Amino acid sequence: MATGKVVRKLGDDVSTDIIYPGRFMATVLPTETPQYAFADDAEFNRKLKAKEIAPGGFIVAGKNFGCGSSREQAASCIKGYELTVVARHFARIFLQNSINVGLQMVICPAIEAEEGHELEVREGKVWDLTTGKSFAIEPLPKARQAIIDAGGLIPYARRLVLERAGR
Amino acid sequence: MGMTYVQKLLARACGRPQAAVGEVVEPPVSLAMSHENGALVINQFNEIFKGTGLEPKVWDPSRIAIIFDHRVPAESSKTATNQKKIREFIQKQGIKKFHDIRGDSGGICHQILPENGYVRPGMVVVGTDSHTTTHGALGAFAFGIGATEMASVWALGNILNVEVPGTIKVVVKGRLPRGVYAKDLILHLVGKLTAEGANFKAIEFHGEAIREMPTSGRLVLCNMTVEAGATAGVVPPDEETQRYLREEAGVTDALDLFGPDADAVYDQVVEIDAARLEPQIACPHTVDNVKGIGEVAGKKVQQIVVGSCTNGRLDDLEVAAKILKGKRVADGTRMLVFPASWRIYSDALRMGYLRDLVQAGAVVCNPGCGPCLGVHQGALADGETALATTNRNFKGRMGNPNAEVYLCSTAVAAASALTGEISDPRGVL
Repeated sequence: MATGKVVRKLGDDVSTDIIYPGRFMATVLPTETPQYAFADDAEFNRKLKAKEIAPGGFIVAGKNFGCGSSREQAASCIKGYELTVVARHFARIFLQNSINVGLQMVICPAIEAEEGHELEVREGKVWDLTTGKSFAIEPLPKARQAIIDAGGLIPYARRLVLERAGR
Repeated sequence: MGMTYVQKLLARACGRPQAAVGEVVEPPVSLAMSHENGALVINQFNEIFKGTGLEPKVWDPSRIAIIFDHRVPAESSKTATNQKKIREFIQKQGIKKFHDIRGDSGGICHQILPENGYVRPGMVVVGTDSHTTTHGALGAFAFGIGATEMASVWALGNILNVEVPGTIKVVVKGRLPRGVYAKDLILHLVGKLTAEGANFKAIEFHGEAIREMPTSGRLVLCNMTVEAGATAGVVPPDEETQRYLREEAGVTDALDLFGPDADAVYDQVVEIDAARLEPQIACPHTVDNVKGIGEVAGKKVQQIVVGSCTNGRLDDLEVAAKILKGKRVADGTRMLVFPASWRIYSDALRMGYLRDLVQAGAVVCNPGCGPCLGVHQGALADGETALATTNRNFKGRMGNPNAEVYLCSTAVAAASALTGEISDPRGVL
């Protein structure tokens, strides 16, 4: 994974209502959801939409990122900007949704980094190039890694559908 | 080694003698539920079949349930178009467990599934809604998934990559005192475990207070287990489960009843003394920010919401009506009531509860998710405070990030409607 800047630092228990407010849930397509990413975090949302935030950046968060609703828009809206989420831990449904739709995320239980810092993901660690510190990554369970390796759940399920149809 | 209820259920579902905690299983799905987000599921489902030369066909239409509840009747042309797209798909695929916007059969998914007998003990239930945990109240292993995951279920019929969860055993001793309800119990538990305390785990309920609790209360408990991060909540089926299924849900076929092993191994055991509980309030902006009512009583509220998949059942409307009958919702406070289904609405109409509520000044809306997630009716103004029987109080939840939501039992909500401030119901019951 290449290096990138921390574009937003968030705390613990960031809910899917913060990531993708419920009032925009009628918008479902991954091509359309990014416009409402962090809609109530007005300045961040504006910067995202104005393309002032370059792809490849990192959102750094505390524990239980993505708690709450099962809305997949919360994962697809971040993926639309090609950002990676590094959090101390993720809520279960959000974690699974991220894997399924191909949002890059890293479980990093001790991560500490400020906005503007340069991060690099390498050799099982997140390196803060600005401070020189590194933080261990918790690997994903094997079964989930298989979906990531397949490029998301759609190609993974497609392969299974074809296998079952004997093709 | 003994197995917990969920371990045993998953072992049986997969046709094997054991299911060890942490093991990855891919059980067949007994029931797959979606609501308006079915529009995204359909999109992803079609994507799976793209380029395969196979016709997109669901694995078993009889195991799919679709209920319109999040935005009913449609609040925008966009929602109406999503709903139309879903109706066409349902027709084409031959899905029969469909609950459209109808006064004779509609309602909120987490009430429609139980009251129609769609959920039974031992089932594996998945839903594109995080509160699918509700159905553990009837002994199912039920949990929320995303839309792409559901598309994969529709195509394959099993749920991929389920790690057998460890279980937190919650033993609720004694009896709930007067004025204290299942909602207070679950708020207390979420406060105790914290919002991530049960992450990736199941919560299994036991004890005298649970045995004596009707299914309506057990649904409240399991509904909110996800607020502690739990994958699922479950009440091992007992006589009350059978009574509910036979008498209220019209189930006539044989039931598969079993319990956890006596020597099951739990990750953690939490004991709660029901008799010592008082009404609980979850304060902004997290569900685990729970306080005893004494600490927050007197806080002014502009909107009271009674209803939702958590507390919109007949016994909720009964207690609200009892408190408000012949009295008046305080000036400066508006009270919105959302029954959980049209069956409940009709029963409450027959019992006179809706009349009592309306005459007191409450606004009775149609069954649906309403203001709970800020998508449809009941949005808050900047600086306003709401007190709701719903299940989440995250920032922005009720449609406005500059407002606050407190969560409580129906009795607290009704008592507070009389005063316009958070009030202890034990004085007016």
